[in-house]
Amino acid sequence: MTTLSVASKILRALITVFLLVSFVFVVLRLSGDPAIQMLGVDADPRALDAFRERWGLDRPIWDQYVSYLWNIFQGDFGHSFIGNRPATEVVAERLPKTLWLMGLTTIFTFGIGIPAGVYAALHRNTAVDRLTMGLTVASFSLPNFVVGIVLIMLFGVVLRVLPTAGSETWLHYILPVATMATADAAIFARFSRSAMLEVLSAPFMRTARAKGLLWTEAVRRHALPNASIPIVTVGGIYVGRQIAAATITENVFAWPGIGKLLVASVQNRDLAVVQCIVILVGVTMVVTNLLVDLAYGWLDPRTRSGESK
Amino acid sequence: MTTALPTDRKTWRVDLGDMPPSVLVSAAWVSLMAVIALLADVVAPYDYQDMDLLGRLKPPVWMDGGTWAHPLGTDDLGRDVLSRIIESLRISLFVALLGTLIGAVLGTVIGFTAAHFRGWVDHVVMVLIDFQAALPFIILALAVLAFFGNSFVLFVLVMGVYGWERYARIVRGLALSASSHGYAVAVRTLGANPVRVYLRHILPNMGSAIIVNMTLNFPETILVETSLSFLGLGIQPPLTSLGNMVGFGRDYLLTAWWIAVLPSIVIFVTTLAFSLLGDWLRDRLDPTLRGT
Repeated sequence: MTTLSVASKILRALITVFLLVSFVFVVLRLSGDPAIQMLGVDADPRALDAFRERWGLDRPIWDQYVSYLWNIFQGDFGHSFIGNRPATEVVAERLPKTLWLMGLTTIFTFGIGIPAGVYAALHRNTAVDRLTMGLTVASFSLPNFVVGIVLIMLFGVVLRVLPTAGSETWLHYILPVATMATADAAIFARFSRSAMLEVLSAPFMRTARAKGLLWTEAVRRHALPNASIPIVTVGGIYVGRQIAAATITENVFAWPGIGKLLVASVQNRDLAVVQCIVILVGVTMVVTNLLVDLAYGWLDPRTRSGESK
Repeated sequence: MTTALPTDRKTWRVDLGDMPPSVLVSAAWVSLMAVIALLADVVAPYDYQDMDLLGRLKPPVWMDGGTWAHPLGTDDLGRDVLSRIIESLRISLFVALLGTLIGAVLGTVIGFTAAHFRGWVDHVVMVLIDFQAALPFIILALAVLAFFGNSFVLFVLVMGVYGWERYARIVRGLALSASSHGYAVAVRTLGANPVRVYLRHILPNMGSAIIVNMTLNFPETILVETSLSFLGLGIQPPLTSLGNMVGFGRDYLLTAWWIAVLPSIVIFVTTLAFSLLGDWLRDRLDPTLRGT
């Protein structure tokens, strides 16, 4: 990959972030008078004026836009009107819980999904392959909250062995992580199966066999490394799915993370917190996609020289 | 994803003997659900809002204390669960159908626009596609609902936006490759205006790709709608959706599991049936996507 293409990728990522912030600004202004939204329709007109002056809403729109960008750039996302604390502070204190949830889920997703997919590919059209594929199709159709409800029914109501709300002990992690890992493990199984199948039928595998390598050796030394490249490319999609899944799952299990905060803020129309989370998610996604792009170029030597694509 | 064209008329004929059993069962289930949704007023034993405070939390008929008066039991306000599931199914399918149609039209128009004007318009569309693909849709939907408040029309429009970027990408790609094909060049040389070339000549040729994407998009829209409704941010009472039922029934898992679990089963089986149909249709109509 040339310096130029790396630079253009970074530039494109920056443009996307800029678009995102502008989008939030436009939607925020389109949605009505923030003063009325924050203080209510029948607020005292003097209070409304004071609010507008304080947040600069009486200035021209381009002026507001520039100062909005400047504030965001400095990390000032406004105040949550619940407790009147900075939105960033409210979001930051919830962040670790969500990151723990997503991190643990990732370990289980990869640990179960990838081996299952590779196994299914190596034993194509056997009962195990069909079972794996059947399960993945089924789990595509299972929304997170249904998995969560079923797990609560089973382990919380019938067997009464696991806690179903909160995050106090390590036992509390089991059901949310299981809920999130179910769907994602299935997706990774499916994806690594097809990546593996593609590689197994590649000419270099025939060559490896022809030069006398054992089948297991050929798989280990040639098929697995090559199949791992396309798996990296779904990294961006994976992080996006994780964020969406965490949003739902946290609400099923009363998990005090970003997802629960987001839904509560949407219900209370606590716009400062909502915009802070949206921009946080957007930037996370842009950075992930950029890293995936760069990692892909680094992993696959063919895209390294000259123009990528 | 470049040469899915042209489709032979024969491939559109559905041969029942050709369908694997899972697809047959899926087709039967989808038809059944569609009929129930259409005839909701006739099939539902009660009005879905009828309350019976003396008959609250009655179990389904196969459990102790269940009666045929309420085959699937009643909820916390004594409303008939079967009737509510039927009405919810109607609304969930209606929203998914409208959402899918809006998304398909929106994405197709944007895709054609990008392919026609190329240059900076194309760049802008591609950046928008990247942007949409980058932000998890549920977060975007939550943000819009937070900023604008919730109404049924707005919610349906939000569902319509879901997935537009995939149609746009497909249509843009196919339109770019089609406009260099002989038939498009020929029609254009005969003096047809661009709209006619796109709608009358190029669009029919990419019909299968769009239909396949619609059948795959439809169950996903159901999942997004029910998820948002589950969170209490989608369909608002007194209207009801399968997601709403699960969301409200969640508080009664201990005493009346059927309120949440039965609609969950309907969501699962219905989306599964649509996905299986969609996969089968894709393999059939779009041979380029076949393979592993």
